[in-house]
Amino acid sequence: MCLAIPIRVEQLLPDDMARVTLGGVSKIVSTALVEAVRVGDYLIIHVGYALARLDPDEAERTLALMREAAVPEMEECRP
Amino acid sequence: MRYIDEYRDGALARAIAVTIAREAVPDRRYQFMEFCGGHTHAISRYGIEDLLPANIQMVHGPGCPVCVLPVGRIDDAIRMAMRPEVTLCTYADLLRVPASGDTSLLKARAAGADIRMVYSTLDAIRLAEAEPDREVVFFAIGFETTTPPTAIAIRQARKKRLTNFSVFCNHVLTPPAIRAILDSPEVPGLGRVRVDGFVGPAHVSTVIGTLPYDSVAAEFEKPVVIAGFEPLDVVQAILMLVRQMNEGRHDVENQYIRAVTAQGNLIAQREIAEIFEVRASFEWRGLGELPASALRFRESYADLDAERRFVIETIPAADNPACECATILRGLKKPAQCKLFGTLCSPETPMGPCMVSPEGACAAHWTYGRFRDKAKIDAEKAIA
Ligand code: SF4
Repeated sequence: MCLAIPIRVEQLLPDDMARVTLGGVSKIVSTALVEAVRVGDYLIIHVGYALARLDPDEAERTLALMREAAVPEMEECRP
Repeated sequence: MRYIDEYRDGALARAIAVTIAREAVPDRRYQFMEFCGGHTHAISRYGIEDLLPANIQMVHGPGCPVCVLPVGRIDDAIRMAMRPEVTLCTYADLLRVPASGDTSLLKARAAGADIRMVYSTLDAIRLAEAEPDREVVFFAIGFETTTPPTAIAIRQARKKRLTNFSVFCNHVLTPPAIRAILDSPEVPGLGRVRVDGFVGPAHVSTVIGTLPYDSVAAEFEKPVVIAGFEPLDVVQAILMLVRQMNEGRHDVENQYIRAVTAQGNLIAQREIAEIFEVRASFEWRGLGELPASALRFRESYADLDAERRFVIETIPAADNPACECATILRGLKKPAQCKLFGTLCSPETPMGPCMVSPEGACAAHWTYGRFRDKAKIDAEKAIA
C-alpha cells in the first residue's frame, strides 16, 4: 500500500482529477490533496490520490549531497 | 524513469556505504529501526544490510498497516461482510490476512460474502452510487497516508447524500507508535529492543511533516532521519544517523526534502481533522493497546460511521500462537527466526499478516532476503 513512486502528470481533468503515466501505463488519480497541480509535475501517488508534489530543485540537491557523501570512494577510484 | 532510477544507482550506494564504514566508530554499535514497511521492503530488495559494516544493524519496525491491524478488527469486517445486505470494499492487501478460526476475507468471499477489492476510496463511492440497494462499507486501514483519501470519500458521500455508504475506520497514527517502542523497550519474556535512532517514514511524513517527530527525538534523545523509499535515500539516511550519533546529536533531519516539508500537507491535515478525532485507545498487533494512537469519526459525521451503523463491538482475538509477527513488529525477532517461515508459511499460504503485505517483514524476506541468506551460508561453507 505504501510502495508509491513519483509519477508524471499528463493531463488535468475536471473535479480535481488528473491522468498520470508510468512506463506507458496511464491511470486517473485524484489531485484534491495537492494545490495547483500542473502538467509535467511529478506527484507521489498513494491509493489513487496524490499526496505530494516532488520539488525538482530539492531532488537535485539531494543527489548532489549523495555524490558529496560518496567522495572518498571516488578518490580511491582515481588512478 | 525520472526521479526513480537516479536514486537506485548501485555504484553510488556502494560509495556512500564506504563513507559510512569509515565514519562508523569500530567499537561502537549502531542499531537503527526503519519504522516503515516501505523501508523494510527497500532494505531487503536492494540488500542494503550487506553494504553496511557489521556494527550497524537495522531493526524492522511496526510501520506496515496490514500487519499492525489486530485480528479482532478483521473478524469485525468479516461479520459485517456476512450480512446479506452488505458489500464490503477493501484494499487488496487485506484479503488474505488470517482472521480468527482459520478464516480470512478471501475465504469469507468464497463462502458467499460480497467482498470487493478496490484500488481507491473513489471506487467504493462509485460502487455505492451504482448499486443503491447495497449497503457499501469501506474497510479503511492505514497510517496518515491512507487517511486523507478516506476523509475525501466520506466528504463526497455526504455531498452526494449517499445513504448506503459507510466507513469502518481503522486509521492509526505514526508518532504514538514510535513513542510506544521507545517508552517500553522491555517486553516481558522476550527481551529488549535497542534502538539508537529511526529511519523515519517517507510518505506518512509528506502528510504530517517533520514537526511531529521533534518531541519524540528530544524527549527520548534519539535521532530521527525522515527518508525516501529508494535505496540511495535509505543509505544516505543511515549515514546521517551515524553522523548524528558520532556528534552526540538527536535531531530530526529530513533526507526526503524533495517531497517532505516541516509542516507537511496542510490540505490533507485539514481533511483529516474535518472528519476524524483521536480515539481514546486502540489495539495494535505487537504493541498492544496504545492510548491516543488511532482515529475515529467525529460526532458530526457519525451517520457515515460503519461502527455505529452496524453496532460493532470488537472482541479481542488471539493471533495464531506459532506466528511471530507480533514479536517481529516489535523489532525483537527477524522473520527467519519464526519456525513457520518458509515451511508452513509463505506468500501462497500466509499464516500471519507479515507474510501477506509486500511491506511486511516476512514477505520482504521471503521475496528477497532468503536468497541472500542462502548465498551467505553457501559462501561460508565454501570457505570452511
Ligand atoms: S513467517 Fe509467517 S507465521 Fe512466521 S511470523 Fe512471519 S507471517 Fe507469522
